[in-house]
Amino acid sequence: MSWLPLAGIAVVILGFALRLNGALVVVSAGVVTGFAAGMNVHEILVAFGEGLRDNRFLALFLLTLPVLGTLENHGLREHAAGWIARRRTAGLFRVLLIYLGVRQLTAALGLVSLGGQAQTVRPLLAPMAEAAAERDCEDLSAQSREDLRAMSAATDNVGLFFGEDIFVAFGAVLLMQGVYANQGIALEPLEIALWGLPTAVCAFLIHAWRLARFSRRFRHERPAP
Amino acid sequence: MITIEHIYVLIGLFLLVAALQTLSDRGNARRFSSAAFWSLLAIAFLAGDYLPADVMGALVIALAIIAGAGGLRGGSHPAPELVACRDGAARLGHWLLLPVLMISVLTLVLAVGLKHVEIGGKMLISAKQTTVVSLGASCTVAFCLALGITGERPLRAVHAGRRLLDAVGWAALLPLLLAVLGGIFARAGVGELVSRLLMDALPLGNQAVALLAYAFGMALFTMVMGNAFAAFPVISIGIGLPVLVGQHHADPAPLAALGMLAGYCGTLLTPMAANFNIVPAALLELRDQHAVIRAQSSTAVLLFCCNLALLFFLV
Repeated sequence: MSWLPLAGIAVVILGFALRLNGALVVVSAGVVTGFAAGMNVHEILVAFGEGLRDNRFLALFLLTLPVLGTLENHGLREHAAGWIARRRTAGLFRVLLIYLGVRQLTAALGLVSLGGQAQTVRPLLAPMAEAAAERDCEDLSAQSREDLRAMSAATDNVGLFFGEDIFVAFGAVLLMQGVYANQGIALEPLEIALWGLPTAVCAFLIHAWRLARFSRRFRHERPAP
Repeated sequence: MITIEHIYVLIGLFLLVAALQTLSDRGNARRFSSAAFWSLLAIAFLAGDYLPADVMGALVIALAIIAGAGGLRGGSHPAPELVACRDGAARLGHWLLLPVLMISVLTLVLAVGLKHVEIGGKMLISAKQTTVVSLGASCTVAFCLALGITGERPLRAVHAGRRLLDAVGWAALLPLLLAVLGGIFARAGVGELVSRLLMDALPLGNQAVALLAYAFGMALFTMVMGNAFAAFPVISIGIGLPVLVGQHHADPAPLAALGMLAGYCGTLLTPMAANFNIVPAALLELRDQHAVIRAQSSTAVLLFCCNLALLFFLV
């Protein structure tokens, strides 16, 4: 047995560490792995082609772009921001925390497509977070704006990942059941899903605590009157 | 029946129009290669089912070379005028939110509600990938709604979409490429090699070592593959079932759930999970493409520790 196919992993790690263009890194890693596993040029091309064809659904978010672009040209982000800015009780911490909670709960009920980076973070959550921070801190630096947007995206990911795993009919739960069933161990999906609960609670508490610390940073940025 | 192929045609048409607009955009320093990139991607969506696999493969290589050589640039888009935006926000108000919410809610309604609806003996929505098809259909409805509410012309709306498309750039392709790489890794048996490596290197007779190897194996292998789903069968069949359940009599249900969640912590930390970590950074126009990973790294590490403690406690 040859260890050669692991060279592809080395290419990936090196490429991302050196911050080379991601598309080129991934394709190179594929070519290296393919050759190392004894595939010829034609087989590698076929593997790439079939892979692309069967995974096109991953680029589906592209269809949201014309919708968002049009609405943004007519003030969607300004409206979302203004709506938060007019509400004194909607502080940065509260906005992000409520989003985290709602995202996690709805994902746990299987309502995964209610949110998302293209559907809710870019048009709604990010401008709302910026508006809430702006109220506490008059001129946000460019870096602060980046941090606010990145934290909005992170909050969506954390809520989604550690919510959906509790949903019984979710792919991950069924995958776990399937893998174990293949090996002769019968598990109930509900049983697996319930064991996701403790980690889900930890995820909420940890991220909520981090959001609290993150939000406090902007309170301190307010210049002295 | 609405199938995923219909949705692919819509994406292909959007990319094709965007490519033509890019071609005529003199403000783009690399308009020819950029237009070539988007047209090739459009072809993958429009003709992917008809082209031979090796031609599609060559297309992937061409896309990566254009992106790697810096051939993909953004066009000249006047930023949305602030006055017009404020005016629009004041005039249209909550109406602006309707199409956005429509995407989310309609996807849900279609995916859950119309899953089994038949018209004339045919399923309305293809049973395969119901959610994906529903999302595509909802975006189309939301697009028409957005045109109606704002009074924008369709071609200008595609222009507006192209502004975001340019902001995302080659990151739009990355999730696809990573899935391709995952497939090649699987064919080359990379997973088996990794779990062999773990089993040979570590004294798994010790229960604590075996648990650590299981949790770290899930997280690290997820980071390499960009996907906990790819890591789970490999690590379960390599360590989880034979060593932890077989030798140390671990309880299988919590072992599976906590192992998968250890993998999710890895997902938060890796650029290989492009759809969650790299695409959002591009979509939010962040200068640092790893900014989202940095924002969630502390949560991921702390949560991994909690998860590890739970694993020791519950299994």
